[in-house]
Amino acid sequence: MSLLEVSALTVKAPDGRALLSEVSFEVEPGARLGLIGESGSGKSLTALAIMGLLPAGMTASGSIVLDAPGLPRTQVVGAPERTLNGLRGRAATVVFQEPLTALDPLAKVGRQLAEPLRRTRGLRGSALRAAVLAALAEVRLPERVAGAYPHEISGGQRQRAAIAMALACEPALLIADEPTTALDVTVQAEVLALMDGLVSARGMALLFISHDLAVVARVTDRVVVLKEGLAVESGNLLDIVAEPRHPYTRDLVSSARRLDSALDLGAR
Amino acid sequence: MTAPEPAPETGAASETGAASETGAASGAGHAPVLAADRVGFTYRRSAPVLSEVDVEVVPGRGLALVGESGAGKTTLLRLLLGLARPTEGRILFDGSELDLGDRTRMRAFRRGVQTVFQDPYSSLDPRQRVGRIVAEPLRSLGLLSGGGAARRTEAATRVAEALDAVGLPADAARRYPHEFSGGQRQRVAIARAIVGHPRVLLADEPVSALDVSTRVRIVDLLAELRETRGLTVVMVSHDLAVVATLCAHTAVLEKGRVVEQGDTGAVLGSPRHPYTRRLVDSVPRLPR
Repeated sequence: MSLLEVSALTVKAPDGRALLSEVSFEVEPGARLGLIGESGSGKSLTALAIMGLLPAGMTASGSIVLDAPGLPRTQVVGAPERTLNGLRGRAATVVFQEPLTALDPLAKVGRQLAEPLRRTRGLRGSALRAAVLAALAEVRLPERVAGAYPHEISGGQRQRAAIAMALACEPALLIADEPTTALDVTVQAEVLALMDGLVSARGMALLFISHDLAVVARVTDRVVVLKEGLAVESGNLLDIVAEPRHPYTRDLVSSARRLDSALDLGAR
Repeated sequence: MTAPEPAPETGAASETGAASETGAASGAGHAPVLAADRVGFTYRRSAPVLSEVDVEVVPGRGLALVGESGAGKTTLLRLLLGLARPTEGRILFDGSELDLGDRTRMRAFRRGVQTVFQDPYSSLDPRQRVGRIVAEPLRSLGLLSGGGAARRTEAATRVAEALDAVGLPADAARRYPHEFSGGQRQRVAIARAIVGHPRVLLADEPVSALDVSTRVRIVDLLAELRETRGLTVVMVSHDLAVVATLCAHTAVLEKGRVVEQGDTGAVLGSPRHPYTRRLVDSVPRLPR
């Protein structure tokens, strides 16, 4: 039984243009899937559709079923806001590319982290404070970050804080939408390693969205390639990198390969 | 994609071996066009952004400034562009100190050194047609002779030549920036930079806002311009793969200091400084 089952998902713009066409994939509990594509391919839209957060005017058809343990099996497409609110955070949650837009600039990090912990675990007072510090420690952030505003910490620390907030509700599925694209390469490596470890430790499922094949390869082995709203190819990442079938995937892989091979400077 | 000029396979060779080889290939003894000499920069009442930076731009040898956010790459590029004055040390253009107050010299400097910015969506005036955008340096740098109609004809000819060099159709001149994709806009920005035939192109993360397939095409274009126009590219980038493709010389900046510099093959292929090693090791690689 799948945790997430997307079938023939179509999303249309207000003018009737199809932004996603008949996209289908599944994520089993604890499994990982990468969603790869360039700008305009519909990757982020897919994440928003799963969360029931499509921008006003866009319409979804087809089916998105979330079936998380302890929660009713739910059809997301067409579901009322009340139903979706019960799912968000617990069945699935998202870490976005830019942590500054995910964090409230006027609230200290500790307070923002306490909010979901209070709501989902019913913690109060000193138990809540302890849980906030534990959540920070889990993403390797020092205690003092709890008392800092988002602008007072670095980009990598902000993304760690955003991950801690996402994990606070103990979601069955973590959707990571280009979570390291805005980060420096050394910080990216740390955040990827952290996410990889946390997802394994908690047995969470992961839907990892990125334009970067090498980054996706770091966290998952199964991928769907999106191009202009169509899933053009899917399967094992190693197979696709070795033998891309669709012309678009071939272009994507050869571009990535050409840049990648520039780093084969020998000597090491 | 073109290999970095000159032969980068010298990674394993000794420092001196690599240096003499590259020297022979690119014409040894070339005086630097542009150099930072013991340059430091401090914004008022804060810690120094750059300290004791020495880099040289030698004709025909692309220079990459790599490092992470806050390392001072962009500040260094701004100093090399004459957009700010170093608080210590000097910027040298053709061997003499760049004087931001000397208008005649600065005009010669601007003719020789042009720039391309990171975001092609904000670097082009949305209200002007591409032809006018690309022609701008010709006007502001006084590169057009004659008057009235003759000037217009010359500008149009040179704009057409620049657009052709960056692989855009001639009718692009009549269109507006919003009609183009990100990669095409970056081509427009490059056309504007090369229209006056500069010797050096300073580019701040010129491809990092682009998709990977577009990125490869723009890198190819820059490599081609390097060959066909003898353009020396100075690039700020966090993308080591792009750097390895385009620049023969790499300087690694950490917290405002150059921690390591030399042949790109040697610096990225067998880094000596721990920071460079960490940088290189952090790059996610495609599975074989």
